[in-house]
Amino acid sequence: MTDVIMILLLMFLIVCAVGVSFTKSLLVSIVIFMSYSLIMSIIWIFLESPDLAITEAAVGAGVTSVLFFVTLRKINAVEEDGNNEPDQKRL
Amino acid sequence: MSRIRSDYEKTFGYRFRHFVEGDLPEKNEELTIEELYARCPKEEEEHVLTTADLPKDPFLHHDEEGQADFAAIKEQDPAEDARRFAEITGIRWFKKVYQFSAMILCICIITMLIITVTHMPIHGSSDTPTSNEVMDRYLEKGLKETGSPNLVTGMILQYRAFDTFGETNVLFISTCVVMLLLMAPKKEGHKEEKEDKKKIPEEKFEPEGDIILGTVARIAVPMILLFGLYILLNGHLSPGGGFSGGAIMGAGLILHCVAFGFSKTARFFNEHVYEVVKVGSLCLYAMIITYYLFTGANGIASVVPLGTVGNIISSGLILPINILVGLEVACTMYAFYAFFRKGGF
Repeated sequence: MTDVIMILLLMFLIVCAVGVSFTKSLLVSIVIFMSYSLIMSIIWIFLESPDLAITEAAVGAGVTSVLFFVTLRKINAVEEDGNNEPDQKRL
Repeated sequence: MSRIRSDYEKTFGYRFRHFVEGDLPEKNEELTIEELYARCPKEEEEHVLTTADLPKDPFLHHDEEGQADFAAIKEQDPAEDARRFAEITGIRWFKKVYQFSAMILCICIITMLIITVTHMPIHGSSDTPTSNEVMDRYLEKGLKETGSPNLVTGMILQYRAFDTFGETNVLFISTCVVMLLLMAPKKEGHKEEKEDKKKIPEEKFEPEGDIILGTVARIAVPMILLFGLYILLNGHLSPGGGFSGGAIMGAGLILHCVAFGFSKTARFFNEHVYEVVKVGSLCLYAMIITYYLFTGANGIASVVPLGTVGNIISSGLILPINILVGLEVACTMYAFYAFFRKGGF
């Protein structure tokens, strides 16, 4: 059972790693990177190193992604209003 | 020491860079191939227009000069077009070769890495180079000598405390570099001029009071901070330790800042607290390391009692080091966010 879950997680990992480099949008690629870190932290638990899992979840999925988001906003790569605003105006 | 080089254009690096960039002239450097390609027929169209226009002019007044100009244009432009076309096709060809070779290189590296991984010893087997007498000693005497059931923490903070000190210094230096790069300048002069300008960015930096985020953060932030503190203080008993706990606490601080804004966070965590905690914890850590080195080098037994195994206050100096590392890391995490967001606290 654990083998199946492990293979599934590793597949997810590969999909995420390929997906990051193939997405056009920087925002989407950061979200995928975040999920990569989360999957990696689960894999660390399976490899019996929970302390690394905690660190990976906190640093990889949390702080690094937040820093990426902040940087994207700072270089104006993210639209401030999002996509919902124009639709509301149309309605 | 090192003289300043003024002949950079002659160096190998400059020529290599231009080779990689396809030796484009500088004004066209930022254009992509598609843009260049799109530009080429456009000019041809303009030339066609001029040929169509020019016969009209001789209808009014036959001018030798105009025809001469036209001939000059006609002579000049095909050459220009041909040059451009050659350039563009050259770049295209170059890009294709470049991508192809990059792909080959990637595949080679991936194959090499996979072959290396398949030759690695099986996870957990006993006849690996890593399971030598050092590991045996850690396993046999680790609990007795460090007094911490979590052997990883015991190893990192007792046997290899000097390495961990170096890592903490790396964190400190990285924060210093981030400060150098991203800290907003504080100028006392031109205050009246800057006041108007300053107000808008302040509001811009303050996150909007999102009601969902605020409600969730009100419940989650204390829990996250408490969890981080638990991992920090239980570093020698359970998985975790200084770095993990500090990272969780830093993430909690960032969440607080995102939800409630910089002014609310500054009530308990401002620049003064940051400086004191960061420098103080590093100095205390350095003092503990000095103590370790002194006692270890001279064969003196440590005076700090190890205590009962399993208690929170036990295992000697591991607990203080954990707390110091955790504070350092939490400060670093929050400082990164603050500097990236606002350029200061």
